[in-house]
Amino acid sequence: MTDSNKQIEMIHPELTAIEVDGTERSDVLLKGALAAGAIFGLGAISPFVKGAIGATGGKKGDIEVLNYALTLEYLESAFYNEAKKKLNLSGNLKELVDTFATDEDAHVKALAQTIRDLGGKPVKAPKVEFPYSDTAGFTALAETIENVGVSAYNGAAPKISSKEVLEAAGSIVQVEARHAAAIALQNGSDPAPDAFDKTMTEAQVLKAVQPFLAG
Amino acid sequence: MPTLREKPEEPDTGQEDPANGKSGVSRRQLMTMAGGSVALGAFLAACGDDDSGSDSSSGTTGETGSSMDDNSTARFGDGDIGIMNYALTLEYLETAFYADVAKSGLFKGSDLETIRKFGSQEADHVAALTAAVKQAGGKPAPKPKTEFPLNNAQQVLRLASTVENLGAAAYLGQAARIQSPEVLAAALSIHSVEGRHAAALNTLLGKTPVPDGPFAQPASASMVLNAVQPFIVD
Repeated sequence: MTDSNKQIEMIHPELTAIEVDGTERSDVLLKGALAAGAIFGLGAISPFVKGAIGATGGKKGDIEVLNYALTLEYLESAFYNEAKKKLNLSGNLKELVDTFATDEDAHVKALAQTIRDLGGKPVKAPKVEFPYSDTAGFTALAETIENVGVSAYNGAAPKISSKEVLEAAGSIVQVEARHAAAIALQNGSDPAPDAFDKTMTEAQVLKAVQPFLAG
Repeated sequence: MPTLREKPEEPDTGQEDPANGKSGVSRRQLMTMAGGSVALGAFLAACGDDDSGSDSSSGTTGETGSSMDDNSTARFGDGDIGIMNYALTLEYLETAFYADVAKSGLFKGSDLETIRKFGSQEADHVAALTAAVKQAGGKPAPKPKTEFPLNNAQQVLRLASTVENLGAAAYLGQAARIQSPEVLAAALSIHSVEGRHAAALNTLLGKTPVPDGPFAQPASASMVLNAVQPFIVD
């Protein structure tokens, strides 16, 4: 087990449950490859199988990356859905929060389904709590969380073996970046603070979101 | 620039009548023509969550087999070098666009600051891609000669939004073709910045920052090149 895996287990034990059922990683990935072939069409399968075989050892499996992403999406979804109830939002901000909640819910659903399609087991939603008491506190936190999301996806994506999963992750990270920019404008801060978005490792991301993980 | 010459069956870019405020073909329209990505369409269909209303084009036009589906960057070089040179060409175009806009006198204050900031970030992308192409042993693509219709602030903002949304879609369209993890990481760190620019410009225009819904749609190289062709001067 790698250091980052240990970190994950400490912070969020469900994340390690994905090395499932006494099955070797390679078997899980090959099973996933067959499932992926069924989903994405035969043209996609051979590079995936090749990638899956190559993915044993130190390389993270796509399911693991997907479950990592799923945990973050659960957190974001809970964050926006809670704000919809907790805050009396109106106007542009209400519209944004409704949109973001819908987007994050769709990401959760898509990632969980893809994990199942690849033969994996989606992690459970973490218990969360968010330290804000008013709208300004919420939008400031939203900017932080969305920026962490962008850095998390950009950091993890190069580890993905399947082109289809990579493209899906790319499609989602662009939406997270758009959220980050839109909420930054709400806050009067810079929508694109850097010419190159920074990446974060899993350990860095989990440290950043740890304050929001309850229990 | 001859390498950007494409078949003439390009979409209506609105260039014929820039004065009517039509800043360019919408990306949605382009996506419909190009059919989006079959693979991503399959991913989304498999998710059974296609309620954004923006993905339906994948299924209906994804198999037209037209040149618009051609995602090859071979005309810019082999493999990752070709992809980086394709991206470099687009970044040159964006940099020139923002430079022209900044000089146009159409913007002041914070809008002008935003335009300068975005332009400077595109210039950083040009520098990074140029260096990366050289490092990979390739020859960086030449800077294209460009010309943009700059009539009034609203039209320019719409054009900027079109260009940035297209740029983000272009990177997304190439991500899965990139071989080197280092090049992929670099492309992704640029891709999300293009997404930020697009979202900010959409917001300035009073549009949604996420026009594709929860899943951003990719654009093929031939579609992107057709769309920017009107701005390339021979």
